[in-house]
Amino acid sequence: MLLHLFNPSSAMTQTWKTFKPYALITPQTLVFLMFLVFPILMIGVVSFWQFNGYSMVPAFTLDNYIGIFTSDVTLKTYLNTFKFLGLTWLFTLLIGYPVAYFLAFHVPKLQWQILLFLLCTIPFWTSNIIRMISWLPLLGREGLVNQVLLKVGLIQQPLEFLLYSDFAVVLGMVHLYIIFMIAPIFNSLMRIDRTLITAAEDLGASGFEVFKEVILPLSAPGIAIGSIFIVTLIMGEFVTVRLMGGGQSASIGKLIQTQIGSLQYPLAAANAMLLLIVTLLIVISILRVLDIRKEL
Amino acid sequence: MKKRPLSFYLLLIFFCLFVLFLYGPMITIFILSLQGPDGTLTFPVRSFGFYWLGQVFQEQRVGNFVEPFLRSLLLGIVVMAVTIVCSVLASMGFRQRFKGSTVVFYLTVASLIVPSILISLGIGVVFQVLGWQTNWFTSGLGAHLTWTLPIAFLIMLGIFNRFNPAYEEAARDLGASDPKTFWEIVLPLIAPSLLGVGLLTFTLSYDEFTRTSLVSGQNNTLPLEIFGMTTNVTSPALYALGTLTTLFSASLILIAYFAYMAISRRQRT
Repeated sequence: MLLHLFNPSSAMTQTWKTFKPYALITPQTLVFLMFLVFPILMIGVVSFWQFNGYSMVPAFTLDNYIGIFTSDVTLKTYLNTFKFLGLTWLFTLLIGYPVAYFLAFHVPKLQWQILLFLLCTIPFWTSNIIRMISWLPLLGREGLVNQVLLKVGLIQQPLEFLLYSDFAVVLGMVHLYIIFMIAPIFNSLMRIDRTLITAAEDLGASGFEVFKEVILPLSAPGIAIGSIFIVTLIMGEFVTVRLMGGGQSASIGKLIQTQIGSLQYPLAAANAMLLLIVTLLIVISILRVLDIRKEL
Repeated sequence: MKKRPLSFYLLLIFFCLFVLFLYGPMITIFILSLQGPDGTLTFPVRSFGFYWLGQVFQEQRVGNFVEPFLRSLLLGIVVMAVTIVCSVLASMGFRQRFKGSTVVFYLTVASLIVPSILISLGIGVVFQVLGWQTNWFTSGLGAHLTWTLPIAFLIMLGIFNRFNPAYEEAARDLGASDPKTFWEIVLPLIAPSLLGVGLLTFTLSYDEFTRTSLVSGQNNTLPLEIFGMTTNVTSPALYALGTLTTLFSASLILIAYFAYMAISRRQRT
């Protein structure tokens, strides 16, 4: 007991206990500050800088933003990006929801549910580039789809729109990103208390009514999280647009990338700030409609 | 056995078609990479063989696969090490309530969902302003961490959520210090999941493209090299490379999943 009084370690233990979490999160937070927060702040700063034809000059100007807001290209590119976003969102939801529903409600054992879910996630961990390249031998002019359709006699001319078109871009995006829709929906479907469904059935609800009144509202947060992922992934997309869209398709991401290619950093930065704001606005409106706090 | 409703069969067919959609394109390039020397980029397959798989390791007319592969390998290992250390520390910090934890949590989520091009452009701009040369092992490393760290952190949170604290308390009651408790109790218990998280992190880095694309500097990582080749390679060697690198990633993922399942089974019993 006496020893304890002279031992300063108990006070120190208390202080250490308070500071421990802060010490532990420091390395990770430093990484985010260096490679996420600071770079985005710098984009904000540089978007007000001038461009003298070959490099950026740290002098204040609003020209970048004025240029963006007065150009027709901006509006057209945004509309095109929204088109990609809307179509990809629609298809990832229409395909992803039944897949998640099947896994959650029709696969009998937990082990099988997990195994089949993992089967769906494996491609997500592999290379996006190669997953896109994989479409080339299928969709090209002399690709498998055209060969089969010609042989069967459904078409006389090979279909040109299959590759290097907006169709191909949306197809590629759905293929690449659908897991981001399936995973959150699957997660929220798995959390639904099965007794609620039994209760609804006992009260005389039909299968469709159970879905509409119980399952769909309870899985809405999953849909919201999936939609947020799709929005943030598609809004800055430029790889799929380049590889699958050939030269024709335009998106904001591709526009920014082209501007960086010609070293117009201030203009690219202004476009990136606008992109960030637009993306945030969409995310906020999703959160307004659907509450996701229960899921976090 | 209970009779299944019609909706089961319809959804089963839908699910199978979905899996075909997911894996079908991959399978076609597997097949096309297993051709003889007379193979082309499209069907039909003229002869089977391993000619193009061998070609991957030869000097190519446009670029070389071996060096970018070694670069990606090394970068993946470094990213994995940094990610594991940071995410384990941070997720252990989150086992205790502390002021500002929400901010840190949202910062992590932000890193995951911010459009990738902003990361790439932002890091590029920072390096430009500071007058530094972008490089795969500096700016490229940072770009990869913004992607792997949040994912690893969220998985680690899940792992610690199910972690039974009784073992640590026992160790502490017996007089073990914090570091000793970590090395002798916590680490051995989470080691198999760390193996899983590490491998997943590695493949994410190994296959990363968008965040690195503008900041890799002079020397390309493997995905960037492959992207550059899509426009000018006209032989099935491209598919063969795709096949090999996908098999490489996929086998790492399978090991990771099995490691993860092994630990959850052990923790349940």
